Amino acid sequence: MMSEKFFTEWFLPGIWITVQVTVYSAALALAVSFLIGTLRTSPLWIVRFASGTYFEIFRGTSALVMMFWMAYAVPSLLGIQFVPMAAGVLALGLTYGAYGSEIVRGALAAVAPAQREAGIALNFTKAQRLRKIELPQAWPEMIPPFNNLLIELLKGTALVSTIAVADMTFAGNLLRLAKGDSAPIYTLLLVIYFVFAFLLTRGMRLLERQANRRMGKTPPEKTGFLSGLRSKSATDAVTGTGGAK
Amino acid sequence: MSADQNLTKDQSNPAVDGKELIRFDKVTKRFGSNVVLDELDFSVNSGKHVTLIGPSGSGKTTILRLLMTLLKPEEGTIRVGGKYLTHEERNGKLVKAGEKHIREVRKNIGMVFQQFNLFPNMSALRNITEAPVSVLGLPKDEAEERARELLDMVGLGDKTDAYPTQLSGGQQQRVAIARALAMRPQVLLLDEVTSALDPELVAGVLDVLRDIAHTTDITMLCVTHEMGFARDISDQVLMFDSGRVIESGTAEKMFNEPEHERTREFLSAVL
Amino acid sequence: MNWDWQVVDDFMPKFWDGVLVTLQALGWGTLIAFSLGLVWAIALRSDQKWITWPVAAVTEFIRNTPLLVQLFFLFYVVPEWGPTMSPLTTGIIGLGLHYSTYTAEVYRAGIEGVPVGQWEAATALSLSKRRTWTAVILPQAIRRVIPALGNYVVAMLKDSPMISAIGALDMLGEGRAFSDTTFTTEALTVVGVAFIVIAYPASLLLRALERRLVR
Repeated sequence: MMSEKFFTEWFLPGIWITVQVTVYSAALALAVSFLIGTLRTSPLWIVRFASGTYFEIFRGTSALVMMFWMAYAVPSLLGIQFVPMAAGVLALGLTYGAYGSEIVRGALAAVAPAQREAGIALNFTKAQRLRKIELPQAWPEMIPPFNNLLIELLKGTALVSTIAVADMTFAGNLLRLAKGDSAPIYTLLLVIYFVFAFLLTRGMRLLERQANRRMGKTPPEKTGFLSGLRSKSATDAVTGTGGAK
Repeated sequence: MSADQNLTKDQSNPAVDGKELIRFDKVTKRFGSNVVLDELDFSVNSGKHVTLIGPSGSGKTTILRLLMTLLKPEEGTIRVGGKYLTHEERNGKLVKAGEKHIREVRKNIGMVFQQFNLFPNMSALRNITEAPVSVLGLPKDEAEERARELLDMVGLGDKTDAYPTQLSGGQQQRVAIARALAMRPQVLLLDEVTSALDPELVAGVLDVLRDIAHTTDITMLCVTHEMGFARDISDQVLMFDSGRVIESGTAEKMFNEPEHERTREFLSAVL
Repeated sequence: MNWDWQVVDDFMPKFWDGVLVTLQALGWGTLIAFSLGLVWAIALRSDQKWITWPVAAVTEFIRNTPLLVQLFFLFYVVPEWGPTMSPLTTGIIGLGLHYSTYTAEVYRAGIEGVPVGQWEAATALSLSKRRTWTAVILPQAIRRVIPALGNYVVAMLKDSPMISAIGALDMLGEGRAFSDTTFTTEALTVVGVAFIVIAYPASLLLRALERRLVR
């Protein structure tokens, strides 16, 4: 269905670009999540207000619109020109980071108040309590929702094809334009995304088990191929924090 | 079982001079319209073991939590070792204390909680070493050596690498005691430390505390329902009711010939 | 800083056209997502493996692959052997289908949240399967999940500009077309701000709803 030349010149590099965009924007989103999520628990109202404003604005933003804005409006508006991939990574990282900040904030808020008190009784500073007690305990709680968010982010990377980043979706569109035979190429694309999502989920499961072991907990093994790529927590869905959408 | 050498009475401890170590002056604590402590005055001399008794809701635990700065009083002042805990002097005026000042005074106080509150993300050993290393700046080796001694002392020398979830309640509480002692506090606050334990585990914890009480100079402030234990270790017993001290005296006097009617009622109900 | 209000002025008529298309996509997409999701959720509770397994596989697959590629698939592949649809129709079906796999999870959680006693009581009264679902289980389940469903409507709103990639003239589609023909970028900023302006009150509303409905 695709010539060898096309495969090596466009499709394989496209897969690699998708991987790169996923890794970079996930790293940015993770950093933003922890920064904004932690600031949103600050006792100072001004800090809470500023970080809360970031959250509200970026959560209300459509990642795709943001991407177009970064790629085409920002250069003429502010005179900053991004390479297309940077615009894509920034748009994805900043918006998904806003969703992630809610995960971090929620997990920090769920740490038992008694743990904070024990930290005070041992005379830790606020920063030490956060770093040594609150964040490590909140971390295992964050992993399942982070997994959901990571899959959303992976799916979001397809958007960079619309601002001329040559990821695998872009390569797929090219092939359609060249050959007109679109069924196999889009099917293949969907399958690759699905496999990536599956692999990421497996990786996050490992991370979750490791994190729980470090808390001295051994969670029950989840089995079965289709036993939920996502962690289907009932409470998540009901409170709407699940996909952190 | 012998207590940690660093805490024994032989060593001269400048803090232990029998002088006043803790002083509450007209301390009032309210939760909404509920007055828990009403202009409370009381003091504890250093090296003493003081037990607070009284019906639940009488404000005993509140006193410990105020001392640990987990709560802030609405009115009045608290001093520890002569220094204000709740306030600091700036330009000759008493103002609400800042975080730095609070930490400076608070480092003399340790606390053991009813629910243990061990850090589940750390092994037993690291629960004990974390604060000495990162708060007191002790070298890691030294902190670990000391932590092992303390674990031996509480009878858990073989549990250094266990995580809290792998320990029984009684074991967790003994680790929590070791953790508090590792900070070398002048004052140890014990907040109903056996209330959350299964009955068969209570004795082990109390034995450890008895040992500490009899072999060290640490000032102890204790809220407990274990009257036998209170009688064993207390130099002084304070009877609380409705946010006030209504009677105080030696354990002997308080348990054998209480004067106040409320004290008699309370003791006959719990003994 | 390069900004011309005149350009914004010129864009406004197109912008409102785009808003209308976005709202259409959102409205119909929501309808499909809400009803199809319920079908998935009920099918997944079936005790017939030949029903649950394919439904689970299909919904997992749709949920874990990009909506954008699904839209391409619907727009370019489906007409090869099926009906040809307009970009907007394709977009509505794509959005609805994609989000039905999310709402299915929401319904599932809501249904599982109904106490077992309710099923047992329905059995004890010998209600038919149909009556059990429509009169007992769903009314209780859906009430609890309304805020969560609402969250996905907001999420769908934010994903709706993807339909511009197959040529639908929604807010972003109009903005792109306008920017491309006039060599300006103000329209993109207007569209970006518009999304925030719509999404923020919507999420405030949802939070208020959540407080009222979920005790």
